Amino acid sequence: MTLSWKWGGLLLGLVFFAAVLLVKPIGVSTQFVILDGIVWDAVNPQIVVEDPAAKHGYASPNPYLNKGGGKYAKNVANPLNYSFVFVIAMIVGAAVSAFLRGGVGRRERTMPEIWRANFGDAPWKRYLAAFAAGFVVIFGARLAGGCTSGHMMSGIMQMAYSGFLFTIAAFLTAIPTAIWLYPAEEA
Amino acid sequence: MSMKILLALLLGGAFGFALDRAGATNPNLIIHMLRLSRLHLAKVILLAIGVAQVLLFAGLLTGIVDPAHVHIKTANWGVILGGILLGAGFAVSGYCPGTSVTAAATGRKDALFFIGGGLLGAFAYMLAYGWVKSTGVLAKIAGGKVTIFPIAGTDYPALITAIPGEWAGIAMGLGFIALAFVLPDCLRCRVGRRATAAE
Repeated sequence: MTLSWKWGGLLLGLVFFAAVLLVKPIGVSTQFVILDGIVWDAVNPQIVVEDPAAKHGYASPNPYLNKGGGKYAKNVANPLNYSFVFVIAMIVGAAVSAFLRGGVGRRERTMPEIWRANFGDAPWKRYLAAFAAGFVVIFGARLAGGCTSGHMMSGIMQMAYSGFLFTIAAFLTAIPTAIWLYPAEEA
Repeated sequence: MSMKILLALLLGGAFGFALDRAGATNPNLIIHMLRLSRLHLAKVILLAIGVAQVLLFAGLLTGIVDPAHVHIKTANWGVILGGILLGAGFAVSGYCPGTSVTAAATGRKDALFFIGGGLLGAFAYMLAYGWVKSTGVLAKIAGGKVTIFPIAGTDYPALITAIPGEWAGIAMGLGFIALAFVLPDCLRCRVGRRATAAE
């Protein structure tokens, strides 16, 4: 089952360290952009094009994919890159872990119990809220240039000023929001 | 298969496994952390940052870690505004980008809706980026890619240069580990719990 905070924290800490030791700090939210870019480029092949003049060899008419000399554009054109494969592997790792501990219960799979205690049983309500939250979270993460992995965990462990700013802003918003939204606790 | 892709598979797989085992794929635990009623994940986060930080700076000090692997992100107003947006959605859903992807892998259907919204949000940002940039919120704060204390072997400027970053990093990491131990299991204990017949 779920590890104690001591073993869980130690295990996660070792993974974050191993990533910096062997390659680079962990980050996740950029890959939502890369996946969008892959789909967009499949629909419209003009979205990412080879450009020998660009720093990374690729260019895009979309300013975000084109920024930094086409770094994202390059990753869209070559999905078999470190950061994208990392996130795919995360999915596999979590699936294996969940399988070995017997999976998530049927009721939990639709919504967490604490949601049910506050908002009732209707799945559509939870799905709509999760969809809207996903939009806001990833938009926010891209505006911030990182998420709880890249800014909070990786940023703070490296003593990045940006990591502290992000974490303070995120938690000063999240704590009052959660206290306000979830007055009831599951039995 | 290149070495780097092999490392992506191993490290990514370990990260996904660790997130699930630590309880981070469970939105109940995230929401309970944020409403301060179960601090399990807060203790996990503090301990993980502390352990990683002590090892990183001890590794930099001894030359085991290559300073070129240190990667500092830019500080700007977007970090703060984006952090506020992320914090709000984090509280509503109990998911952040990394845990949504891994939670979906454990069979949680609401996480799939979060990911769908996330892909749309990422697309919206791709379209809005030119405008966002024109507003000036992405202008650097305090030099942008700065650390609190200086890290030898990197070009990143530091806010406080009086103390060498390696020792400061080890001390800060030990501080986070201590904080993980000091933090109680809950601050708002049993707030909002309905009384059951047995109680």
